[in-house]
Amino acid sequence: MSASPVHNSNIGNRKLIARLVLAVVAMFGFGFALVPIYDVFCKVTGLNGKTGGRVAYQATAADIDLTRTVIVQFTAMNNSNMSWAFHPMQNQIEVHPGELNEVRFYAKNPTAASMTGQAVPSVTPSLSASFLHKTECFCFTQQVLEAGQEIEMPVRFFVDKALPKDVHKMTLSYTLFDVTENFAGPPRLTAN
Amino acid sequence: MLPSLSVNTITSFFNAVSGRYRRILLALTLVFGSPALLADWALNMREGITEISRETYSLHMTIIWICVAIGVVVYGVLVYSLFAYRKSKGAVPAKFNHNTTAEIIWTFIPFVILIAMAIPSTRVLMKIYDTEDAVMDIQITGYQWRWQYKYLSDKGAPVVYFSNLATPAEQYENFAGKVSAEKGEHYLLEVDQPLVIPVNKKVRFLLTSADVIHAWWMPDFAIKKDAIPGFMNQAAVIAEKPGIYRGQCAELCGRMHGFMPIVVEVKEQADYDAWFAAKQAAAQAVADMTSKEFNREQLVEMGQTVYTTYCMACHQANGQGLPPTFPALAGSKVANGPIEGQLDVVLHGRKGTAMAAFGTQLSPVDIAAVITYERNSFGNKMGDMATPLQVYQLQQAK
Amino acid sequence: MATGHDDHHHGPAKGFTRWLYTTNHKDIGSMYLWFSFAMFLLGGSFALVIRAELFQPGLQFVDPNFFNQMTTMHGLVMVFGAVMPAFVGLANWMVPLMIGAPDMALPRMNNWSFWILPFAFAMMSSTLFMDGGGPNFGWTFYAPLSTTFAPKSVTFFIFAVHMMGASSIMGSINIIATIQNLRAPGMTYMKMPLFVWTWLITAYLLIAVMPVLAGVVTMMLFDIHFGTSFFSAAGGGDPVLFQHVFWFFGHPEVYIMILPAFGVVSEIIPTFSRKRLFGYDSMVYATSSIAFLSFIVWAHHMFTTGMPLAGELFFMYSTMLIAVPTGVKVFNWITTMFKGSISFETPMLFSIAFVVLFTMGGFTGLMLAIAPADFQYQDTYFVVAHFHYVLVPGAVFSIMAAAYYWLPKWTGNMYDESLGKLHFWLSFVGINVLFFPQHFLGLAGMPRRVPDYALQFANFNMISSIGAFLFGFSQLLFLFIVIKTVKGGKKATTQVWEGAEGLEWTVPSPAPYHTFSTPPPIK
Repeated sequence: MSASPVHNSNIGNRKLIARLVLAVVAMFGFGFALVPIYDVFCKVTGLNGKTGGRVAYQATAADIDLTRTVIVQFTAMNNSNMSWAFHPMQNQIEVHPGELNEVRFYAKNPTAASMTGQAVPSVTPSLSASFLHKTECFCFTQQVLEAGQEIEMPVRFFVDKALPKDVHKMTLSYTLFDVTENFAGPPRLTAN
Repeated sequence: MLPSLSVNTITSFFNAVSGRYRRILLALTLVFGSPALLADWALNMREGITEISRETYSLHMTIIWICVAIGVVVYGVLVYSLFAYRKSKGAVPAKFNHNTTAEIIWTFIPFVILIAMAIPSTRVLMKIYDTEDAVMDIQITGYQWRWQYKYLSDKGAPVVYFSNLATPAEQYENFAGKVSAEKGEHYLLEVDQPLVIPVNKKVRFLLTSADVIHAWWMPDFAIKKDAIPGFMNQAAVIAEKPGIYRGQCAELCGRMHGFMPIVVEVKEQADYDAWFAAKQAAAQAVADMTSKEFNREQLVEMGQTVYTTYCMACHQANGQGLPPTFPALAGSKVANGPIEGQLDVVLHGRKGTAMAAFGTQLSPVDIAAVITYERNSFGNKMGDMATPLQVYQLQQAK
Repeated sequence: MATGHDDHHHGPAKGFTRWLYTTNHKDIGSMYLWFSFAMFLLGGSFALVIRAELFQPGLQFVDPNFFNQMTTMHGLVMVFGAVMPAFVGLANWMVPLMIGAPDMALPRMNNWSFWILPFAFAMMSSTLFMDGGGPNFGWTFYAPLSTTFAPKSVTFFIFAVHMMGASSIMGSINIIATIQNLRAPGMTYMKMPLFVWTWLITAYLLIAVMPVLAGVVTMMLFDIHFGTSFFSAAGGGDPVLFQHVFWFFGHPEVYIMILPAFGVVSEIIPTFSRKRLFGYDSMVYATSSIAFLSFIVWAHHMFTTGMPLAGELFFMYSTMLIAVPTGVKVFNWITTMFKGSISFETPMLFSIAFVVLFTMGGFTGLMLAIAPADFQYQDTYFVVAHFHYVLVPGAVFSIMAAAYYWLPKWTGNMYDESLGKLHFWLSFVGINVLFFPQHFLGLAGMPRRVPDYALQFANFNMISSIGAFLFGFSQLLFLFIVIKTVKGGKKATTQVWEGAEGLEWTVPSPAPYHTFSTPPPIK
């Protein structure tokens, strides 16, 4: 059995195989890279209804657009086996873009043990999410409630003046998750 | 649409067949025919009752006709070749194996056809995405395995209720040895409380889920949208014809995915207003019931209905459960232990399991009833009961 | 990797260990093919459980949760256990022969690529017997149904997927190295048989996307066991992210399952038309375009998730575009037959049926691409009908065609032509009775992955189930035919088929254990 036709290809083989293995590893990494890519894409475009993190904002009279109003509606719900009472204390408000507003959400832990909750916001229509800015939100941290404890949690926000003119109503909804077992320590800041 | 097989058709067919074969035919029909008597031969999508559903249907038919036209040409050449160029008929093969002109033409023409399809498709999609300026908003939440409808209002507590499959288990559990009931007309497509909306008004739906991904599909509205936990989706409808419309969950969501239908009743505005007022009154009545006195027998009877609707899917009709995922209630420590423990599990759920926190879903009356039922059924003989007031006070306690 | 002279084994080793240790591409090809056939029958049995339950309205046989396990396992076994290994088996057998190479580039890795599979599938099938049952969340295993709400066996499911992925990746590296480096001198790329071309492109697709699948199941593993929140909104994650990453793998995956089929059919039709394949160059370009486009269409599986308008439009347009190169291929096959001299042996029957019925699946695929219409089709039996048309009379028929076509070369015996034709007609009728009514069911409003249905769906479900049993049991005839051919039959010549061209038809039938130890001259 002559070896030469195969022998030359050995070196070619090794180079090619090394490149292919590298490609495999790179694509595995790419799969994981899709996670932050997706996150960044969504943050920048607000496409999956996620609002951004905390912003600082001082509204002056000039910042407020008095020529239009937008209705901001609020809803609250619990995920799966989260047992807290949780509802907005106002169902909706009509705001001027640029104006800083505050609404409160009521929560109560009716069980006999301390629990930690995480509220996750979602704005619809999703394209308007990047125009809702929050200076304060209970969704920025986990909330620890002792047995039987109730609390009123504020959200302070303003609607960006650049919100497209054809959006007249936005709905900010929160889903409350039980994260007691995930976070044993004091409340930590989470990404939204 | 072809008419369904009617009893008359079947009878006349039988009469036409001679005696000996009639028995065989009867046997075959009984084996294969009984569901067919009630079934349909629908071939096509329905047009629906909204402008968007009709435009979707038109788009669907347009694409079909284009495909048919292409198919006639393509299959025509193929079938012709299979007959005209058979070796058995002496065909001698030609030698050509390329023709650049032909290839360019048959790349270019499909491309043009696609552009022609894309234009109306884009238009209809843009229409579907317009959900602004609705007169009302309804939050639709998918649960395992039912839908919850919440009519958002600008003031006061929203009208909220669950919409559960109303077909009794005796109709769908047809396992060998089980006594089954005959299937009703709207088998698997009926609910206890439908979604109700007014006709000719733009209604916005907000869709989300409390557990896994579900999907809300109403074919007559041409609306299908995923219900995703932690996220809010939206859709809008302007229903043009009063009536009752039926759909189903359209995303695999666990064991009873096929058993969480959607029923929407479209009513004239006046009827809708009356219905809504009655719904608000009913919510008030439930709140009032909390302080009413019930005896154990009454609670057990009410509790059985609650159990069948909300608990049976997992814990099974005989309380045996489907361990290890869904534990048995018959003889269980919780149902035979201190009632406070059972109240805790039912109200607050069990973390890390599929047991939901029903305290946020059911009224105090329903919770007291179902706990009483469980403690006095499946062989459990606790003899005690929970009261609605007890449940209510637990929920209010500091 | 051959060394100088290996005089001891000019033929196969004796005994069972031959199969355990073999590095011979023909042996390994045979093992892949037998394994895939066994998996086809296993996955088919799961389908028969499904169709038995759906024969009439009502739950007669299985618990809905077990039904979901059957649905899931049917998909997983057919995709990863039947179709993919069958094509790898055909590649193993035929690629070295077609390019004049003595074996695959990495024969020992080849052995390992195969032997991973029985273990992976044993692990995955054993989950059906575990506490809590096997995977019940669909072969597409969306989170959080497959993470937070999954049965305990999900971890074994994840490991099985890792193993299958590793097998595919190693196989692809081998195929690429073989095709690129071991072609006989004079066989340029544009002289390679189309089956080799389609496998080269498929192997690159596999390299690109199987690692992404590995990534997504690893993320699942982390979410389930290590407290991460890739797909859980509670921790800042997103269930829709799962779908994006999965379908980034998933869409190229379905092209991985069809491109080799295109290759097979492109070998068979010219042979039985006695005419060279029409438009060889454009077949290569079309296949490459399809492969490239397959990377940018994934979200057409996600039209109802609530993507923004711009996203929906982009994926609608890119998906519609794939019709163009696919159409080119169909036209080329038909033009090959046009003005040819056609005979209708069993491989040709399966190939013609492929062209007709795959095109049907292509038409419904175009319908599904139209996003607003898709809102009425998605997750209904219309989708089930579409993908079964492209996969069963598509991929599976091409595998059967390939088996009939190359069995004489593999075994040295002609298969029984009358039995082959009978198998074809039973399968053709069975498949259409089984899947055609499902279009109507979907349009009429029946969702998929349901164990029971409303009464208006009863008629077509009954018909579909009858077709399923007809098609399913006809495959036992295929098993009989294959075994009968292995054992004996009319002796096959070297050429076997009058119109066949290619290096594989220059070696004796059966092909000797070692072929092309010296490279053949290429014209």
